[in-house]
Amino acid sequence: MPAVSKGDGMRGLAVFISDIRNCKSKEAEIKRINKELANIRSKFKGDKALDGYSKKKYVCKLLFIFLLGHDIDFGHMEAVNLLSSNKYTEKQIGYLFISVLVNSNSDLISLINNAIKNDLSSRNPTFMNLALHCIANVGSREMAEAFAAEVPRILVAGDTMDSVKQSAALCLLRLNRTSPDLVLMGEWTARVVHLLNDQHLGVVTAATSLITTLAQKSPEDFKTSVSLAVARLSRIVSSGSTDLQDYTYYFVAAPWLSVKLLRLLQCYPPPEDGAIRGRLTECLETILNKAQEPPKSKKVQHSNAKNAVLFEAISLIIHHDSEPTLLVRACNQLGQFLQHRETNLRYLALESMCTLASSEFSHEAVKTHIETVINALKSERDVSVRQRAVDLLYAMCDRSNAKQIVAEMLSYLETADYSIREEIVLKVAILAEKYAVDYTWYVDTILNLIRFAGDYVSDEVWYRVIQIVINRDEVQGYAAKTVFEALQAPACHENLVKVGGYILGEFGNLIAGDSRSSPLIQFDLLHSKFHLCSVPTRALLLSAYIKFINLFPEVKGTIQEVLRSDSQLRNADVELQQRAVEYLRLSCIASTDILATVLEEMPPFPERESSILAKLKRKKGPGNLHPDLDENRKERSANGGTADHSSTTSNAKVAASPTPSTDLLGLGSTITTQNSAPPASKGTSLLVDVFSENIAAFPVETPVAVGPVADENFSRFVCKNNGVLYENQLLQIGLKSEFRQNLGRMYVFFGNKTSTQFMNFAASVVCQDTLQAQLNVHAKPADPTVDGGAQLQQILNIECMSDFVDAPVLNIQFRYGGTLQNIAVKLPITLNKFFQPTEMTSQDFFQRWKQLGAPQQEVQKIFKAKHSMDTEVTKAKIMGFGAALLDGVDPNPSNFVGAGVIHTKTTQVGCLLRLEPNTQAQMYRLTLRTSRDTVSQRLCDLLSEQF
Amino acid sequence: MMHFLLLFSRQGKLRLQKWFTPIPEREKKKIVRDMTTMVLGRKPRSCNFLHWKDLKIVYKKYASLYFCCGLDAEENELLALEVLHRYVELLDKYFGNVCELDIIFNFEKAYFILDEFLLGGEVQETSKQVVSRSIEASDMLQETMEEYMSKPAF
Repeated sequence: MPAVSKGDGMRGLAVFISDIRNCKSKEAEIKRINKELANIRSKFKGDKALDGYSKKKYVCKLLFIFLLGHDIDFGHMEAVNLLSSNKYTEKQIGYLFISVLVNSNSDLISLINNAIKNDLSSRNPTFMNLALHCIANVGSREMAEAFAAEVPRILVAGDTMDSVKQSAALCLLRLNRTSPDLVLMGEWTARVVHLLNDQHLGVVTAATSLITTLAQKSPEDFKTSVSLAVARLSRIVSSGSTDLQDYTYYFVAAPWLSVKLLRLLQCYPPPEDGAIRGRLTECLETILNKAQEPPKSKKVQHSNAKNAVLFEAISLIIHHDSEPTLLVRACNQLGQFLQHRETNLRYLALESMCTLASSEFSHEAVKTHIETVINALKSERDVSVRQRAVDLLYAMCDRSNAKQIVAEMLSYLETADYSIREEIVLKVAILAEKYAVDYTWYVDTILNLIRFAGDYVSDEVWYRVIQIVINRDEVQGYAAKTVFEALQAPACHENLVKVGGYILGEFGNLIAGDSRSSPLIQFDLLHSKFHLCSVPTRALLLSAYIKFINLFPEVKGTIQEVLRSDSQLRNADVELQQRAVEYLRLSCIASTDILATVLEEMPPFPERESSILAKLKRKKGPGNLHPDLDENRKERSANGGTADHSSTTSNAKVAASPTPSTDLLGLGSTITTQNSAPPASKGTSLLVDVFSENIAAFPVETPVAVGPVADENFSRFVCKNNGVLYENQLLQIGLKSEFRQNLGRMYVFFGNKTSTQFMNFAASVVCQDTLQAQLNVHAKPADPTVDGGAQLQQILNIECMSDFVDAPVLNIQFRYGGTLQNIAVKLPITLNKFFQPTEMTSQDFFQRWKQLGAPQQEVQKIFKAKHSMDTEVTKAKIMGFGAALLDGVDPNPSNFVGAGVIHTKTTQVGCLLRLEPNTQAQMYRLTLRTSRDTVSQRLCDLLSEQF
Repeated sequence: MMHFLLLFSRQGKLRLQKWFTPIPEREKKKIVRDMTTMVLGRKPRSCNFLHWKDLKIVYKKYASLYFCCGLDAEENELLALEVLHRYVELLDKYFGNVCELDIIFNFEKAYFILDEFLLGGEVQETSKQVVSRSIEASDMLQETMEEYMSKPAF
């Protein structure tokens, strides 16, 4: 049969294809194609009406040309005409052209939809299938609008042919993926579930895919599918190898359907009904048993299909995480695969074991395979297998084997493929910190990381080592000695210079007693690297130098000489110049006491576990890489924290001049400069003011209410405006707010939850410190009493003067039953409230994106998802955040892109944002680009907390 | 779900492309480029699976042609290999000892067969008999050869 139909006689097409194949060069090919295009165009435009055959042939040629990679800008109309042909092959070519070439916003869509409608109602199963395939292939919104109601009807109608049901099920699945809002659940829902009982295994296969997708979105509605799926699975698993006829694939009974059913069951927890649960366990045991049986065929297809079912069963066992026996059996099975001669199986075993390592029942069992995994890291020839081995080592690491695993990963790093180095660096850094008992080991490990793979050590990693050294007295001397030795290397990585500069600046005195590392030698060593470094590192080194002046008065002259040189004082970079000028002045003017205060050792960073690390501990999957990513924020709050420790630095901050001790790390140095720093020349005089007599005049204490400020619900309001802000046993505070440009109004509702009246009720809003100048909040006076069970409303008028970070505090005071109550709540007035969404085209977006390309304008954060990564929820959050959600701008459809303008009284700041989810790793990357660095940072901080 | 299926030759010439999600043309070209360089650069006897962005890539070489697909993270790689194999079998049954040239000259048939087998990135029908039967049935609907032979070539 096939020989007859081959090519269906479109000789012209065959001739054209061989012509193209015979072209000796790209130019010849293009020439031939242009000739053909001209020919087709003239035929289409000609006076003579073309018959169906010719149309089909030319449309097919156009399709071929398009698939070769050339643009096609005509012929669509002719293809649409073919749809209404009653000759099957013409219709078929028409549909093929449409599904390959027509994009959703085509003007022809209504004509196409019309043709599809006719075919759907034709009752001819072949035509109906063509039409359904076309909807499923194009899947555009317009098609969803036109057919989302019709397709379910076809799917569940009693007289629909099996093959049409299959197409309809997957067509509906596609529409549900692209336009879930248009596919409405209804009476058909229950009937779809019953397709799991259908006699035709092809129908069951297609329906299971549909049900799985729907069940992921609304598990409640499809709960009944669990028992049906278990029953079906049980029948397949226990059937003989030939019972299912053509659905048996190389002696494996219905592998596709089995895998899909197992996947469907992974949408649900273990069945509660004991009988169903027992039956499922039986199925899983049978599948595990079959793995031990001798193969029924030597063909790779047999073992692939059989193991595909096995791996899916193991996924379900891991998902349920409730049957220790099954988990351990699964682990043993994977252990066998780790040494299998098939690379594919070794790869998959490593991958599956990663998830198994996170179950408490099987963690120990996984650990027994450590030697095999390490061996895989060393001996596998295939980089993708080695990558899985790294993931698994990371997942199986705990206190007992951390030193071994970290050492193995470090030694692998020296030869590792470039593509995976950064990831390994992060993993090593996380493990080293997490399992460090002896911090000298930790310091050595991180320095080795920088030595072996300095380019791949991200900022977070070296920030972290500095924080840890600062916080742990016992390791400071060792760290100073070690970095000093490491810096001796003739070529050392810039990251090492950063760490070295910082640590010697803080703790160089601890090794200065040794004549081999005297102050001058330390300084010369650091300064020998200075000219090879980038600007931020040089800035950091300058800060280290001023710290040296404090630590070692004997090198003061040498350092002043360096600062005084033209290459510093007149440096083209404003930051370097400013630091040189200020540090020089500071070293000349300030007394030793003042120097000692200003440049004292950094206070400890507050040790609090980041939320990401906590999450990592709960479920340490292979993708959890960044527990420390909010270090940046930590850093900032630590900087803020210095204000409490030393009044001088705090005052310096108030006086709006860059304070050496708060920004030694070079973090946010530009922020201070742009935000508040006066020009360099004025800077010195201000500094002098700061150190003059009237220091005491600065109030250090701010008038804050007694007790802690409640902010539990604060972050919930970032993307929405209404809701309950605070609640305790007495009082509930609700909010309703609206914002327009730089103005806002907030209605605060105070609900008395008791039956007793609140007396002397007073609520006021306080903007502390710098916020005073940035945000005006005017509270209208409210009644001094709130009756029991009653609600009091207060209106706040808000005006945003300039961009801001902190939030105002709502202080509430009242008397309840004789006791005075004080409550302070952080008011969720955040910078993003003054967003106005901006719609723009893809072209505009990227043009602006490029314009905002300066390093300080972009802030990026990679973080772990805290909630399930649902596209619709994410969209709603971005819109709630205030930006316009731009569709079709990002080439990757799973990314989100937004744009808007922040309105303040003084300026307007254009903002672009991009959120890239990585569902596999459960991570996001968020990038903000705005014309103001402070705005980028603040918006990034706010939004990244929302996912 | 499968996101795309590509068939390309050892020289990196694309022979068939099927996209199951809406992707802009420029991005498609980039994916094709990435896939061909990545897959063609693999050493023989490497494993058939790769990670690329959020997707799992599964590929296999049949004679001079590479079959390569991109899958969601939760998909089963081994079964995807068998999807590729089943497609090869279907082509083979239809063309009779299929070779690269068959797919070049009858590209539209290759697409039609694929549509019967995979839809919306999911397996629609796994039975070889059922798929072949529906392809045969549609061929029966075709006009006779004579009718075509009487038409001019251009």
